[in-house]
Amino acid sequence: MTPDEARAVFFEELGNIAPEWDPAEIDPGEDIREAMDIDSMDVLNLVIALHKRTGIDIPESDYAKLITIDGAVAYLSAKSGG
Amino acid sequence: MPSLGSDMEAGTLVEWLKQPGEAVRRGDIVAVVETQKGAIEIECFQDGVLEEYLVDIGQTVPVGTPLARIRGAGEAAAAPEAPKAAPEAAAEEPPTPLPLPVAPPPGAPKVAPAGGVRASPAARQAAAERGLDLAALKGSGPGGAVVLADVESAPAAKPKPKSKAGGLDLDEMRKAIAAAMSRSKREIPHYYLSHDVDLAAASAWLEQTNAAREPAQRLLIGALFLKAVALALKKHKAFNGFYREDGFAPSDAIHIGTAVSIRGGGLVAPAIHDTDQLDLDSIMAKMRDLVARVRVGTLRSSELADPTVTVSSLGERGVEGMYSIIYPPQVAILGIGKVVERPRVVEGRIEARPLVTMTLAGDHRVSDGHRGALLLNDIDRLLQEPEAL
Repeated sequence: MTPDEARAVFFEELGNIAPEWDPAEIDPGEDIREAMDIDSMDVLNLVIALHKRTGIDIPESDYAKLITIDGAVAYLSAKSGG
Repeated sequence: MPSLGSDMEAGTLVEWLKQPGEAVRRGDIVAVVETQKGAIEIECFQDGVLEEYLVDIGQTVPVGTPLARIRGAGEAAAAPEAPKAAPEAAAEEPPTPLPLPVAPPPGAPKVAPAGGVRASPAARQAAAERGLDLAALKGSGPGGAVVLADVESAPAAKPKPKSKAGGLDLDEMRKAIAAAMSRSKREIPHYYLSHDVDLAAASAWLEQTNAAREPAQRLLIGALFLKAVALALKKHKAFNGFYREDGFAPSDAIHIGTAVSIRGGGLVAPAIHDTDQLDLDSIMAKMRDLVARVRVGTLRSSELADPTVTVSSLGERGVEGMYSIIYPPQVAILGIGKVVERPRVVEGRIEARPLVTMTLAGDHRVSDGHRGALLLNDIDRLLQEPEAL
């Protein structure tokens, strides 16, 4: 998965979790939990969706790498070998 | 019209989801009602056949007004003369309310989402599944609200982007919160206790358990909190039940209302029924389901009416301690702060330990601080053996 593809996947799943927000309007370096008011259940649902969508194994210890858009894009593209 | 709270006086029928002549079973969702606190799916409380509507769509009737006649198995068809509820004004002699015992949480999803599209929860869900834009549909419900039949009769359309507006009327929710909390502070003599719980054992067990699981099977620490609270309440009955005109009535069933915050403000606390009898996986599944349905506005009447106690957790982005206000006629609410590493003396040494501050707001008409302390200590004890939860 290229970074652009990873970003598109992340934006789509993030948008499903918090449809009140447009991920494209979020600062890519900002903590999405703060920026989008998402809680631990939302984060878990996001991880579940990303795992289902990409097949990437995301252990709990890696959740912190997904809390910014830039971090998530880097993580997903790296883990997918993109 | 079920009572979804002691401060609810009336509701408006938005939609029927069952037809006359149709068989219904206990727990079936038969109608959608809009109240000041939001649009709620109304469940049926007996098996039988829906014989006749007694209230029309769009009609506002007082709490206690029969909405429909359901003929039970073996019952003869009823006489056809049953009077229909008169619109609004008929409140002079309200019928006996349905036996829904508890005040709701202070707020619930609203029929009309921001952006001006009024739609019932069932219609909204169906529209989402079919990729239909609610704004493009002509509503036949009260006030032009889009109901399920409108969605089902609409031609298929290309999927459109999801609304970013949410689906909640936060102004109405705030009014409901204000009413419930003001009543609570007026009527209930609160006392507060706090207790720090060491979560080293629970956190380690959770980490080990989740490491071997796919994401969809993982647990959150909140599931452990709910189970520990539920098990402790089995022993401490003075915190589980309802206080009404004739005093406190403890509840044998333990239905924990689980506070779910709404983005942009507001919260609801739907019940996880019989929490004490569920395993952790089931509690987690129900938490996920409730959060998802809070987001789309498809809560059910029993979930709002049944909580016997409430647990509110601020999660990892909150603060260390919270001091909550009891939802009347409940008599207790537990607050859970965020888990943080703090210094603690363990066997004579200072260690960094994951601690959480649990608070209890109790109703002094029913219990006192001593009993509350015993409850918090029992919750603590249960969390030290997470594998037994």
